[in-house]
Amino acid sequence: MSNLYLIRYGEIALKGENRYMFEDILKSNIKKSLKTENEDVTIYKTPGRIFLKTKIDQDIVINRLQKIPGLVSFSPVEEVALDYDEIKNVVLKSAQKALKNKDYINFRITARRSNKSFEYDSMELQYNLGEYVIENIDESKREVDLHNPNLDINVEIRKNSAYVYSEVYKGMGGLPVGVTGKVGLMLSGGIDSPVAGYMGLKRGAKLIPVYFHSFPFTSDRTKEKVKELTEVLAKYQNNIDLHIVDFTDILTEMNEKCPNDLITIIMRRLMIKITELIIEQKNGKAIITGESIGQVASQTLEALKVTNEVPQLPILRPLLGLNKVQIIDLAKKIGTYDISIQPYDDCCTVFVPDSPETRPTIEQVRKGEVDLNIDDKIKEAVENVEVIHIEGY
Amino acid sequence: MDEIYLDNAATTKPISEVVKKMEKVLKVNYANPSSLHKLGINAEKLVKEARLQISNELKTEKEEIIFTGSGTIANNIGIKGAAYRLKKFGNHIITTEIEHKSVLEIFKHLEKNGFEVDYIPVNKKGIINLDILQEKLNENTILVSTMAVNNEIGSIQPIKKISEIVNKYDNLYFHVDGVQALGKINLNIKELGIDLYTISAHKVHGPKGVGALYINKDIFIDKILHGSGQEKGFYPGTENTPGIAGFGEAIKHLPNIENIKKMKKLKYFLSQKIRDEIHNVIINTPSEEKSAPHILNVSFANIKGEVLVHSLESENIYISTGSACTSRKDKTSHIINALGLPDNYREGTVRFSLSQFNTKKEMEVTIKTLKQQVERLRKIMGGNR
Repeated sequence: MSNLYLIRYGEIALKGENRYMFEDILKSNIKKSLKTENEDVTIYKTPGRIFLKTKIDQDIVINRLQKIPGLVSFSPVEEVALDYDEIKNVVLKSAQKALKNKDYINFRITARRSNKSFEYDSMELQYNLGEYVIENIDESKREVDLHNPNLDINVEIRKNSAYVYSEVYKGMGGLPVGVTGKVGLMLSGGIDSPVAGYMGLKRGAKLIPVYFHSFPFTSDRTKEKVKELTEVLAKYQNNIDLHIVDFTDILTEMNEKCPNDLITIIMRRLMIKITELIIEQKNGKAIITGESIGQVASQTLEALKVTNEVPQLPILRPLLGLNKVQIIDLAKKIGTYDISIQPYDDCCTVFVPDSPETRPTIEQVRKGEVDLNIDDKIKEAVENVEVIHIEGY
Repeated sequence: MDEIYLDNAATTKPISEVVKKMEKVLKVNYANPSSLHKLGINAEKLVKEARLQISNELKTEKEEIIFTGSGTIANNIGIKGAAYRLKKFGNHIITTEIEHKSVLEIFKHLEKNGFEVDYIPVNKKGIINLDILQEKLNENTILVSTMAVNNEIGSIQPIKKISEIVNKYDNLYFHVDGVQALGKINLNIKELGIDLYTISAHKVHGPKGVGALYINKDIFIDKILHGSGQEKGFYPGTENTPGIAGFGEAIKHLPNIENIKKMKKLKYFLSQKIRDEIHNVIINTPSEEKSAPHILNVSFANIKGEVLVHSLESENIYISTGSACTSRKDKTSHIINALGLPDNYREGTVRFSLSQFNTKKEMEVTIKTLKQQVERLRKIMGGNR
């Protein structure tokens, strides 16, 4: 039997002219997230709402919908003919169903009537349906509670049908992936960068993650870890192309030619440069990083200024306003935390200078890069970037 | 070029005789050894045969061997079973600072549960301090557990002397973890008065997932697992017949005297060449007669062990770091700390562990590659300007 879901979205409705495009992208993202199940999926729009109809197992649908950016909330709903008797039976059934999981219901009926030709208005519907439930459920098991109900049975009377639902699942909110464009994500194996990526996803960005691998200085296990992190992000984006840059030669050269105290900042600049070169080819419009202010040497305001000078594209730092505890909580919620804390070397801990310069100036860094002749190596790294296509499901 | 595998203290490659034997058991002798029918009896025979092979090798009676799911499980059965049984005589138990996790963690668990534990330190050669052992032993001591061969640096513990010291006490069991010793050094369990002895199949070219515990027939230990009575009730559960048969087969092919001589020679060659060809190295493994024939532990100045492991890996040579995580001092093992290495050497500690199947040619390639990689890494990582 097919189940019907009512899907609500928030910000899209505000976006004027772009609204139809946004809705279409959301529809397409929902469809893509369910395509592995090999079942028919019908999605249609009504003003302000999207309906999804499918035979796919309800648990799977709920799980997938909760990971689609742009979707504010959704409810499994029952579609009922515009007939009061049928509607009241369905309403009673949902109250009885709720009593399977609860000992007691404090319920209310919330009715909306956009179809003015229906015989009762919303106030009458609420009153009549409520009374019907009271009459048919044992007194010891129910009570009306308009303000703090543990069961809110919604009835919507629309043009061709009525809809009844009582469960509301929260979605991620934000904007559908793809509406704002493609962005590069500098992904390490750590806790922060996947969370930064998630924040980008919520704002409708399609992620192009770039990871810098420097075997033998970082283990191949770190690369596996980054793949696993990308698999988690792919569940929100549907599919992701992970870009892996072989960074060893550049790192070695840099370590040899640049002053020790500037290594971290110069490495950062090189990574941003390479990321920009890679994502520009894919029409990327910005670079997301997991940086915050002042966490480590490369994140002082002076250091951020020196790295910001490198790319034409803007660098977005969505974690800027969060503290570590908040970031960890988010990572746990997204499902990346347990992967991130696996104890393999994070990128380049081998090359941490003894006393890094925390207040670098642009002049100082440019001088430090004078001996560095690695344009060829950068070109090579960009050309030979390894792309791994990862499907969400 | 084929891979050069020098991580045999971590695990070994099963020999083809073992694989063949196990394949046959999986395909033909798949019945449950406890079943009454003849297929069951045939499977049971295989387990008996393997038990006999192991007891012959250890010079024990066959009833004294029980099969387990690993060396770790054998350690758990033996140590906990002994401690619980002898609790009425005292609550003091002793082990060493350099044990494998599968012993140390059991002692930590017992420590949390009412036992008093002493951890005996080791000297710079990784050999336990017998004076301290003597000092700590008292009438309250009910268990002493020590490894025969240390897994990280290969030092051989003076089991005979330890035995002489501990066997003066009544109501005390002596457990030895022989996982790295099996097939590598001679140990007469019975003559040495060992009560409990742990071995594992996958360190001797057998399969993973099988270990064994020798339990002296004159002692009693408590059962820590409960079930339907297999392995005298110490390790209940349907027997891992293919694994057990594979273990028996591996025991048949343990290195002989000639093989051991060859391993010693190769190890000596490797160690000499490293010392001759590469500057600023410290060989941590004690001299030939004081260490097992297969383990060579070396520290390189100004190198990170993990990075060296990966560098050699890219040349198809497989070794391991001296300890799980050398980059954080608090996680460096007791034995590496006990060596008293200078700071710039400690992180550069790696282990080469040989098998009877390694060749001189492989050692030559290893040394050549090692030299190149160490020089390269030192140039890169020592570039402090």
